[in-house]
Amino acid sequence: MRLRRPENTVTFTFDGRPVEGVPGEPVAAALIANGIKLVARSFKYHRPRGVMSAGSEEQNALVTVRRGVQSEPNIRATMLEVAEGLEVFSQNAWPSLHYDMMGVNDILAPFLGAGFYYKTFMWPRAFWEKLYEPIIRRAAGLGELNGETNLDTYEKAFAFCDVLVIGAGPTGLMAALTAGRAGADVIIADEDSAMGGRLLREVEEVDGKPGAAWVADALVELEAMPNVRLMTRTTVTGAYDQGTFGALERVAGPRAPDKPLECFWRIVAKRAILCAGALERPIAFPNNDRPGIMMAGAVRAYVNRWGVVPGKAVTVFGNNDDAHRTARDLAAVGVKIAALIDSREEVEVNADYPVFTGGQVVGTRGRHGLKSITVVHSGGHHEIITDCLAVSGGWNPSVHLTCHMNGRPIWREDIASFVPTPGSIPGLVAAGACNGVFSTAGCLEEGANVAADVARGLGLKPKVTVPPADASAFAMKPLWAVPGKGRKWVDFQNDVHVKDIQQAAQENFRSVEHMKRYTTQGMAPDQGKSSNVVALAVLADATGRGIPETGTTTFRPPYVPVPIAAMGAGSQGKGFAPERLTTSHKASLAAGAPMIEAGLWYRPSYFPMPGETHWQQSCDREVGYVRNAVGVCDVSTLGKIDIQGPDAAALLDFVYVNTFSTLKIGRVRYGLMLREDGHVMDDGTTARLGPDHFVMTTTTAAAGLVMRYLEFVLQVLRPDLDAKIMSVTEQWAQFAVAGPQARLLLNSAFDQEITDDTWPFMACGTVDVSGVQARLFRISFSGEHAYEIAVPARYGESLFRQLTAQAAVLGGGPYGMEALNVLRIEKGFITHAEIHGRTTAFDIGMDRMISRKKDCIGQAAAARPGLMDETREQLVGLRAVGSKDELMAGAHLFEEDAVASRVNSQGYMTSVCYSPTLQGNIGLGFLHSGRARHGEVIRMVDHLRGVETRAEVCDPVFFDPNGGRARG
Amino acid sequence: MRYSGLQVIKEGLFGQKGWKPVWRDPDPKPEYEAIIIGGGGHGLSTAYYLAKEHGLTNIAVLEKGYIGGGNVGRNTTIVRANYFLPGNSEFYSHSLKLWEGMEQDLNYNVMHSQRGLINLFHSDGQRDAFARRGNAMINQGDDAILLDRDGVREHLPYLDFDTSRFPIYGGLYHPRGGTARHDAVAWGYARGADQRGVDIIQNCEVTGIDIEGGVVKGVQTTRGAIKAKKVGIVVAGRSGQVAAMAGMRLPIESHVLQAFVTEGLKPIIDHVVSFGMGHFYISQSDKGGLVFGGDIDFYSSYASRGNLPMKEHVMEAAMTLMPMIGKARVLRSWGGIMDMTPDGSPIIDKTPTKGLFIDCGWCYGGFKAVPGSGFSFAHLMATGDYHAPAAKFRLDRFATGVGLMDEEGTGSQHNLH
Amino acid sequence: MRIECPNCGERDRREFTYQGDALALRRPAVDAGEQAWDDYLHNRDNPAGETKDLWFHEAGCGAWLVVERNTVTHTVQGAVLAEKVKR
Repeated sequence: MRLRRPENTVTFTFDGRPVEGVPGEPVAAALIANGIKLVARSFKYHRPRGVMSAGSEEQNALVTVRRGVQSEPNIRATMLEVAEGLEVFSQNAWPSLHYDMMGVNDILAPFLGAGFYYKTFMWPRAFWEKLYEPIIRRAAGLGELNGETNLDTYEKAFAFCDVLVIGAGPTGLMAALTAGRAGADVIIADEDSAMGGRLLREVEEVDGKPGAAWVADALVELEAMPNVRLMTRTTVTGAYDQGTFGALERVAGPRAPDKPLECFWRIVAKRAILCAGALERPIAFPNNDRPGIMMAGAVRAYVNRWGVVPGKAVTVFGNNDDAHRTARDLAAVGVKIAALIDSREEVEVNADYPVFTGGQVVGTRGRHGLKSITVVHSGGHHEIITDCLAVSGGWNPSVHLTCHMNGRPIWREDIASFVPTPGSIPGLVAAGACNGVFSTAGCLEEGANVAADVARGLGLKPKVTVPPADASAFAMKPLWAVPGKGRKWVDFQNDVHVKDIQQAAQENFRSVEHMKRYTTQGMAPDQGKSSNVVALAVLADATGRGIPETGTTTFRPPYVPVPIAAMGAGSQGKGFAPERLTTSHKASLAAGAPMIEAGLWYRPSYFPMPGETHWQQSCDREVGYVRNAVGVCDVSTLGKIDIQGPDAAALLDFVYVNTFSTLKIGRVRYGLMLREDGHVMDDGTTARLGPDHFVMTTTTAAAGLVMRYLEFVLQVLRPDLDAKIMSVTEQWAQFAVAGPQARLLLNSAFDQEITDDTWPFMACGTVDVSGVQARLFRISFSGEHAYEIAVPARYGESLFRQLTAQAAVLGGGPYGMEALNVLRIEKGFITHAEIHGRTTAFDIGMDRMISRKKDCIGQAAAARPGLMDETREQLVGLRAVGSKDELMAGAHLFEEDAVASRVNSQGYMTSVCYSPTLQGNIGLGFLHSGRARHGEVIRMVDHLRGVETRAEVCDPVFFDPNGGRARG
Repeated sequence: MRYSGLQVIKEGLFGQKGWKPVWRDPDPKPEYEAIIIGGGGHGLSTAYYLAKEHGLTNIAVLEKGYIGGGNVGRNTTIVRANYFLPGNSEFYSHSLKLWEGMEQDLNYNVMHSQRGLINLFHSDGQRDAFARRGNAMINQGDDAILLDRDGVREHLPYLDFDTSRFPIYGGLYHPRGGTARHDAVAWGYARGADQRGVDIIQNCEVTGIDIEGGVVKGVQTTRGAIKAKKVGIVVAGRSGQVAAMAGMRLPIESHVLQAFVTEGLKPIIDHVVSFGMGHFYISQSDKGGLVFGGDIDFYSSYASRGNLPMKEHVMEAAMTLMPMIGKARVLRSWGGIMDMTPDGSPIIDKTPTKGLFIDCGWCYGGFKAVPGSGFSFAHLMATGDYHAPAAKFRLDRFATGVGLMDEEGTGSQHNLH
Repeated sequence: MRIECPNCGERDRREFTYQGDALALRRPAVDAGEQAWDDYLHNRDNPAGETKDLWFHEAGCGAWLVVERNTVTHTVQGAVLAEKVKR
């Protein structure tokens, strides 16, 4: 029922049924206006439930919005704004909300007490996965994900301010006005669609005008301030270190259908003022969960703010003065008050509706909607016909954010509530109702004073002016649970009632954390916002302790649930990590090369030619280019670090196991780098371009790691070294040109010819390519006569095209990662498949490279006995022998007649390939004492793929062991 | 009291009035044969197996807060035996076997659900590494199946196979992997230990360890001095502080690991899924919440809470891998204190003090180890001999370099895992 | 979490890479012996409270910092450039 006829209405649907609503009002308000009481089913017993609150703390009215791929479960109908055509569905009910089969749980309830599932479903063992668990899983859960890839847009953003005001009720608005007027940079955020908090919901005056009018004036003033940012529909969800706050903004909606659905904000504030208000708590009495039983403050909100009346005959039941406002306000607009029941004996009320003091509600009737209640009071026991019961058990200050850094709130006996411990969040001060101040005048005053303090702390000169307002004190007397039989709900959402908590205590789940975990109280989507204090009181009573002694569980972020899509915004699809592209990327794509990920980079796997149907054919051909003619490969992804300074050589001596200070200018040397723990970190070549100038290459995977490590060495370990480093990976495009025709190919591009004398093996220097100065390194990762040529990145693409075109003329062409891998395995060159973090220089046969004449990273740790043990797994070559010749990377190695079990494992394969050069399958692997076992035939077993092959252990260098081809 | 379906029905008929305390709350005695410091999963299971396997019943578990309040009550509940390095392999294999008989052994339903775990890989190199792992698992006698892309699609059709930043090449499927109801594990062991006479003493903080002439004599607590010939330290993230009471400096740094749960949803994720490129793992609890986590926050911390960058990173990984869960709402996030060792593998060992033992260094993987750790630690404490499946978890391996177990291959040095 | 970089001012934690206890500054000599190296590489005070550790302003100025911090409250007292720390 509506108090007045709305000017503008739209139609949305609830479970397919058209419902008329006012745009912008909560769906809950529209449902109430249309007399729809039953809106949801509870989690465990599938009890019929209705709207209970008027905010994000709603326990019952969780709905699914929209359909298909856009459908979104577990939306609070109290926060969802009405819009034309909006589709709203009830959830957790089958076949329908009114006739829910799972309602049978409610009948079985006597057997489904707290933790019953820990005591049964154990026999027979295999039935858990097959029978019990599937049934439990299907029965549990609330809404349903549609299972489709998300198509909606979400965003993340950063914001910075001097003062973050959390909540825009009287306290927050006053705080923002005070700080804003003083010149502070203010963000004020409120989760409601409109600012004003209780002033929009109560019949009260501020500064001589209706609360809502004062709010409107305040907002006009705040909006006019350039230093104030107002954020509605924005819930501050978490408090983190150094003044960082998370906040969730509901951006899209009827106002902005083209905007992102939600935005997750990271707000960094020098100071914060928590003005989050308070949440009303229920009272536990038998069957207190019927549709039509609501919080008293929420009833006022629906009537006063939205003009909708939740019942024809409303009863109010409370333990405090505040509840009386509901009766007063409703009566004032002509709603019938069936009764006002106050559990306190000593109150006096003058009203023209029935008033029962010292009364308690002991029962209710009406399965799908409240029909009547039973009251006991000094005058006896009787039934009241009523279709809406407004309940107030007092108010819980919203201390949640102050607990996010493990702060514990303090119990205040006079309001029977917890209030924040000052200082629990550095830089944050609580003010107003969330700090236990419940009168409007008190809130305005505290908001102004706290903001003034904060502004002064920021070096500003605030003025404090507080408008006059209602200053009536809040009086209450705790009533947690009404005595007597029947199920009295405490946590409505998770269906936890008083007896569950008592049973937990009886079974020695007496710690509040145990009680929570055993009964699931406080673990539902509202995280115990309404139920925690009541549950504590019941537990305290059951264990004979006081509430402060019983303690609390911890409120943790987020304050309201945050979609994964909002906090993970931007990463769906490719956004998860940057994509790094080489200068030859386009040319490779044009050549039809499948691109594969190499760290963040993309590299061509192979370059297919017409007629080739399998990657192996392309790979074999490309290997042939290099072995017989010339191949070109983009190696720009390897890390390139420029090192300069008088101590550049000393730095290299320190980070590599071998010596670089002896390297001649114009020469390149292979270097091996250990971590300080003595294991291999990376390898690569370093060229000396000048007396104090080197350029280091790293593997693609370790480029960032090595860069960070060199800075660590220079700044942390050896600040005495005078050297500077710079990553130049992206500044240079670098190509390997490999094969017998490599020099011929390069000379076709060079302005001046090179010869074997001017560029012997491991030489480096500069050359001119069409007038562009390039760096040339005569190094080889294929074992062939080879070079790597580097040009400034902007010339990379054209050089790649030129080199590959010319290579084709010489019977060669580009080669990709597959061929590169075959070429290096044939030569026994290692990659991160071999130096996988657990191998030592000893394992890969390079321990003799460790120079004992100098200190270097990892030298001390590498000398530990465990890292030098002869029986360690050592790098070997493996060649398939016998009729079955398949080798598998990841297979384990065994002695020929040994059972393939853990204790017999002798090692494993790391890299395998078909070698077109050697016309057979070869591989690298690690084998116990492997270097001493060349010639031995062992068994390779791959259980996973069912492959078993005999293989001969050999030297890892399969091809051209003397290295003549690279030198020639 | 024995639990059964019949008992549940009987109590249902009589108003649940007959249930007895799951464990007693005794006052500490002046002396015990052995004391376990730490009433977490590992401590409680140690006490249980000391009593059950070795007949040591005059023992106490001392817990400074409430039992099960540490990492056993704040993890992502994953149970698996998919390690591949000798030392870890046999240990987790043994532990998984104990899980498989736990409910019948404890007469407590910990809801161990062997729903299968799939580790995704995203490159040829990762596939080879997972193949090595899978083969090691089978060598050990456990189960592993290598799935190709289509095989993964059959199990997990909802992943983003088309646009994800790191394409899915396949997965290593461990059918016996799964989850369990974490709190119930602590309670089940507590109940089992208590029934065998073990004193579980809550709100009893150890403030000192009494040592005379290199031999442990007992402990000082907030509830008085307690004598014991044997003391076991099983305090996870707090290992450094408790070991310091015995003059030890451990190869451990304490870090925070966060975890997350969404609101309850109808069944949608039936396995445990782990993303190989983004440190993200997820399963759905029996209550319907999606339970997931990522990597540690990467700074030493005792705060049991984390910060936004890692939370966002975890959600970002979720969105690139399985964007269908985007509209699931995160209900709660929390943190635990991880006792990180240099190589990422644990320690179950004697200490230089006679009679003082330590079980620590479970890093971010201690939950699945609860039964195996307790079993092996009980064996060591009771007999003085290393239990074979845990014989490589030695304290001196870092000094000697013998038997390092760096599963991730990031290095056997702090801050690399 | 935010850290005040001496070069750049206060920056978000996500700009930094963490590297553990600042005892890394006191690297033993290569021949200092097993115990010294074990203590350097592995053993830690691991304090619950005030600590000094190393952070790299990787997405910023590239400075390695020694940050004074509390591991229980996450309070950050301040940071200095590692290369300026007397050792």
